[in-house]
Amino acid sequence: MIEAFMTLKFLQYALVAAVLIGFTAPLIGSFVVVRRMSLIADALSHVTLAGIALSLLISGMVASLADLNPLYLGIVTSVIAALTIDWLRAKYKHFQELAIPIIMATGMGLGAIFISLANGFSMDLVSFLFGTVSAVTLTDVYTILIVTGVVILFVIAFYKELLFLSFDEEQARVSGIRLRLVHILFMIVVALVIAISMRVVGILLVSSLITLPVAAALRFAKSFKATIFYAIVFGEVATITGLILAYQFDLAPGGMIVMLAVAELILVMVIERFRIGGKLHEKKHRTSA
Amino acid sequence: MTEPIIEIKQLTYDYPDRRVLNEVTFDVEQGQFLAIVGENGSGKSTLIKCMLGLLKPTGSIRLFGQDQAAFSDWWRISYVSQKAASFNSGFPVTVAEVVEMGLYAKKGLFRRVTKQDRQKVKTALETVGMWDRRDSKVGDLSGGQQQRVFIARALVNDPDLMILDEPTVGVDQRYVKEFYEILEELRRDKKRTFVLVTHDIHFVSKLVTDVIHLVDGRLGCNCGIKEYWELDEQTIRSLYPVPGRVLVHRGEVVQ
Repeated sequence: MIEAFMTLKFLQYALVAAVLIGFTAPLIGSFVVVRRMSLIADALSHVTLAGIALSLLISGMVASLADLNPLYLGIVTSVIAALTIDWLRAKYKHFQELAIPIIMATGMGLGAIFISLANGFSMDLVSFLFGTVSAVTLTDVYTILIVTGVVILFVIAFYKELLFLSFDEEQARVSGIRLRLVHILFMIVVALVIAISMRVVGILLVSSLITLPVAAALRFAKSFKATIFYAIVFGEVATITGLILAYQFDLAPGGMIVMLAVAELILVMVIERFRIGGKLHEKKHRTSA
Repeated sequence: MTEPIIEIKQLTYDYPDRRVLNEVTFDVEQGQFLAIVGENGSGKSTLIKCMLGLLKPTGSIRLFGQDQAAFSDWWRISYVSQKAASFNSGFPVTVAEVVEMGLYAKKGLFRRVTKQDRQKVKTALETVGMWDRRDSKVGDLSGGQQQRVFIARALVNDPDLMILDEPTVGVDQRYVKEFYEILEELRRDKKRTFVLVTHDIHFVSKLVTDVIHLVDGRLGCNCGIKEYWELDEQTIRSLYPVPGRVLVHRGEVVQ
């Protein structure tokens, strides 16, 4: 199997993509989770489906665009949806969560129409739903690499502002930080991460890669930096191992990666339980002594 | 004469259903410790939010001699809110990380926390007696300790003006005294200016130099603390317009 990863180009592309996604998704996910925006990630991924389906439809209809990478339209729709969610949240100040079902329904509705126009599900589309080991192209890798660079640069530039905004929005505003700008850029970056992650993890599972590693890290991390660090470690372990296992057993990588992330979360919870149990036992012991 | 730290003129703010602030005018001079008092809904917190630029009222606000719209030195002002009551205890952030946030206003993009900054964090945490807990998760601390951390965050930039909005709400009573002792310590050099919204003016009367009493969004009284305690009964009654409430002023039942 190691030999396969050493020699087969498509496996190498998939592995590089997995490593990059395993890093960026939990990195940006740490902010998404603490800002209580996990469901927005889900809505965005569903809208991305519409972009992918539209791209595949166009490729089928226009011969000159037959090779159009669906990732591009996926990115565009994801970014538009992110900005629309933000606009809707401002419109429904007292019912901000409404933005999510509105955008999700629009995305799924459009997706369903484009899929029917393209005469149903193609293999290409299915691979976008649950991820793929074999269909990651060199162009995909370059796109994912560029977006990863943008995400890292964004986090380095706005780390302070993002942390402050996430922890205490009112105080951050008082301190003169340009929150609107930071927030809009953040939404765009989240949309980009979702769009690039779907190649390996799949549209339906991408939000789990953003949230599950962070959920596990949150169980024990005391600082925000530690949360990001552990979330990335969990993310990398899940994506790399998941991809290898998916190839080995010929399964959808999205499913494997997400189930490994779930396993990590369960493991952390079990260890936590034992540690708490141990501490209680120790305390009881000391009290009785 | 130096310019007032805060100049407020004809400040009016409306919520969709009612007027919360009605043509409020007053100044705050350097070194003052101003207490803003009044019954619930009298406009105290709205006034603070207008000063901080969180709400956009009509009228004029000048901070450090500059029009609020043009004011950019926000690091000169620090704000302590009722955080202990509303704080998300699950947030994975340490005491030191929270205090560092107080420095962010002064730092531009890409500027990282330096060694000097860490020293400032240390000094601020030592002032409130929380240096030993710097690596603890803020959510694991008691309400009183959390509020001390938020004061350290407010202090870390060595601000010229501290605005505190009922900072002891949700804080255990035994920590309230401790909290005001810290403020007393901070006031010692008399250079810093304080604006405090409080329901407990008795508790802080030692610190306070001036009082603004809001009545239904209007300035019911704006005077020194000494004069405030010596107001005549008729004025006091006018400050508490709701009939049937028992009002104790300086230990005497007046209404």
